[in-house]
Amino acid sequence: MSRITDSFSQARTEGRAAVVPYLTAGYPDPERYLDYATRLGQRADLLEIGLPYSDPLGDGPTIQHAGEVALRAGVRTHQVFELARELRARLGIPLLLMTYLNPVLAWGPERFFAAAAEAGLDGIILPDLPPDEDPKLVAEARAAGLDTVFLLAPTSTDERIATVARHTSGFVYTVSVTGVTGARSELPDLGPLLRRIRKATPLPVAIGFGISGRETARAAARVADGVVVGSALIRAIEEGRDPLTLLEEVREGARVE
Amino acid sequence: MHIPDYPMPDARGRFGPYGGRYVPETLIPALEELEHAWNGLRGDPDFLAEFDAYLRDYAGRPSPLYFAENLTRAWGGARVYLKREDLNHTGAHKINNTLGQALIARRMGKKRVIAETGAGQHGVSVATVAALFGLEAVIYMGAEDVRRQALNVFRMELLGAEVRTVTSGTQTLKDATNEAIRDWVTNVENTFYILGSVVGPHPYPRLVRDLQSVIGLEIARQLEEAEGRRVPDAIVAAVGGGSNAIGAFAPFAYLPADRRPRLVGVEAAGEGLGSGRHAASIGAGRRGVLHGSYMYLLHDEDGQIQPAHSVSAGLDYPGVGPEHSHYADAGIAEYASVTDEEALEAFRFLSRAEGIIPALESAHAVAYAARLAPRMAPDEVLVINLSGRGDKDVNEVMRLLGKESR
Repeated sequence: MSRITDSFSQARTEGRAAVVPYLTAGYPDPERYLDYATRLGQRADLLEIGLPYSDPLGDGPTIQHAGEVALRAGVRTHQVFELARELRARLGIPLLLMTYLNPVLAWGPERFFAAAAEAGLDGIILPDLPPDEDPKLVAEARAAGLDTVFLLAPTSTDERIATVARHTSGFVYTVSVTGVTGARSELPDLGPLLRRIRKATPLPVAIGFGISGRETARAAARVADGVVVGSALIRAIEEGRDPLTLLEEVREGARVE
Repeated sequence: MHIPDYPMPDARGRFGPYGGRYVPETLIPALEELEHAWNGLRGDPDFLAEFDAYLRDYAGRPSPLYFAENLTRAWGGARVYLKREDLNHTGAHKINNTLGQALIARRMGKKRVIAETGAGQHGVSVATVAALFGLEAVIYMGAEDVRRQALNVFRMELLGAEVRTVTSGTQTLKDATNEAIRDWVTNVENTFYILGSVVGPHPYPRLVRDLQSVIGLEIARQLEEAEGRRVPDAIVAAVGGGSNAIGAFAPFAYLPADRRPRLVGVEAAGEGLGSGRHAASIGAGRRGVLHGSYMYLLHDEDGQIQPAHSVSAGLDYPGVGPEHSHYADAGIAEYASVTDEEALEAFRFLSRAEGIIPALESAHAVAYAARLAPRMAPDEVLVINLSGRGDKDVNEVMRLLGKESR
C-alpha cells in the first residue's frame, strides 16, 4: 500500500477524513509559501503542491491569480521541485504535485517524473489528463514510484468511473461540482456519486472543489475519506488572514463521529 | 453537401500523434455526446439539406471562385483564382462553422451557446447564428482585444449576445478560450460550446474541418466548370488555428501524393521568426498540449505557453490544429510564414490590383502567393483562399501606415 493510501487509513483511525490542503507553489513568494505550507502541513494528512501554469483551465479566479503571481516572481518547474524538496525535509506526510500536462510533456515524462520522485514527492495529480488518453505516461509515473491521481466529476458515467479508477493509485479525487476550483458556500448531495465510485474502486476517495470551511468540510467528510481545500486557503492569504485558522475549521468539520 | 469520409482522425480523435482529448474529466461525457451526435448527423440527409439551405440562403454560398486576371498578369506565372469567402454573410469563412454548430446545438436541445473570440470575427458569427435561431449567446473576449476591437464588441451586443471581458493571463484569444472552457465545465448540462477553429478536444477538430470542407468541395466543382479540372496545382491559405486552410485543403489532402495539389499554409511571422514576436507554431514551435489537443505550439522549455503576435488578430494564437500538425509531419502540406510588413504590403497590393480589400489574415496568403505564382507555369492553377474581407482591419491599417483620417 502506498504512503498516500496509508495516510487516509491513519486519519480514519484518528476519527477524521484526511485533510488535504492545496497551495500554489511559490505564492505569494517562495519564502512565505514555505512557511505557510509547513504550518498547514503540520496539521494535515497530505499536502498538495500546485505547479504554477500559464493556462490553468480547470481553475477558478483565486488559483489562477496565485499562479500568475508565482510565475511573475519567476517560480518555474525547477524551483517547484526545490520547494518540494525543502518541504520533504520538514514534513513527514505524503506530498502530491498538482500539475497540468504540458509542463510534464515539455520536460519529457521520464525526466519530469524522475525529478519529482527525487524531490521526495509521493504522487502526481493531472487535472487535464483523462488517463486513457495516455496510459504510457501513467505507467511512466508509476515506474518512477509516483502514485497517479485522476479526477472524477458529477458528470462521470459508470464507464468513465471504471476507466479512471483503473489508472488511479493512492486515492480518487472527486470534484464536488461541475465547474472549476473555487470556494463555495454549500455542496450538492454527493452520496449517489460516491456510491457509484465505491462500487468501482477500493481506493480512498477525497472530495475537492468548493470546500470553504467547517460546513462544506463536514458535508464532504460525511461521504468521503478525504477533504481537499485550496482556493479558500489562498484567499485567506490574499486577504492577510492566517490560513491555518481556516484549516483548523476544515479539520474540525472533517471529524467523523 | 456531402461530407467526405476522411481517413482521419481515428476513433480516439488522433491525426497521427496529434489531437486527442486533454480536458478535465467533467467534460468527457459532453464530448462523447457531441461526438456521437456528429457521427449521426454528418451523413444524415435531413441535417445536410438543412445545413445546405442555410449556407445558400443565409450565408450566400457558394462563394465565387474568381479568376483574378490582374493578379495573374502582375505575377506572370500561374493562373490565379481567389476563393471569395470574404463575400459570405458576416464577412468570412467563420459562418460555415457557426451555422453548422448552431444547427447541431438546436438538434441536441441546447438553448445556450458560448464561444471564444479573438478579434471578434468568430464572436460576431456566433452572435449572428444565435440571433437567427433564438439561442442565448455568451462570448468570451480578452480585455486587450475588447479595447482593440470595440466595433466588434458593439456588433455582438447589437445582435443580442453578451460579451464577457476576460482579464486573466495575456487577456487575448488563448485566455478567452480558457474562460470559455471554464464556462463549459460549469454549465455543461445546458450549454453548447461553439468552438471557432480546428483546435480543441476531439471531436472539435474533426467537426470544424467537416463543416469548413464546403470551401474545398466548392473549389473542386467550380474549377471543373472554369478549367475543366477538379484539382488545382496549388492552394494557399492563411493558418492561425487553421480552420479556413483545413476547409480548403481537406478535400484534396488525402488524394494520392501524385494527384495532390501543392498545399501551402501560411503562418504569421509577425515581426520575424527570430524576434520572438510571431505566431508561427509549426515554423518555430514544438509539440505540446493546449486547449485539449496535442499539436504544434509556442511554449518555453518548462511548457509555459508563450504569447503569440501578429498584426492580424485572427492569426494571433499560440497553437495550430492537430490536422495541420499531422499534414506538416507527413509532408501533405507545407507551411511557410509571412511577416506583418509583407502582409500589409499584400493588403495594399490586392486592394489596388483587384479592387478587393482582404482581411489581414487573408493578406498573409496573398503575400505568399506573390512569391509562389511567378515560379509556376502559365497553364498551372493557383487558388488563394481569401478567407475574409478587410473592412474590419481598415482602421488598424490606417493607424499602422500612419495615415490621419481627414
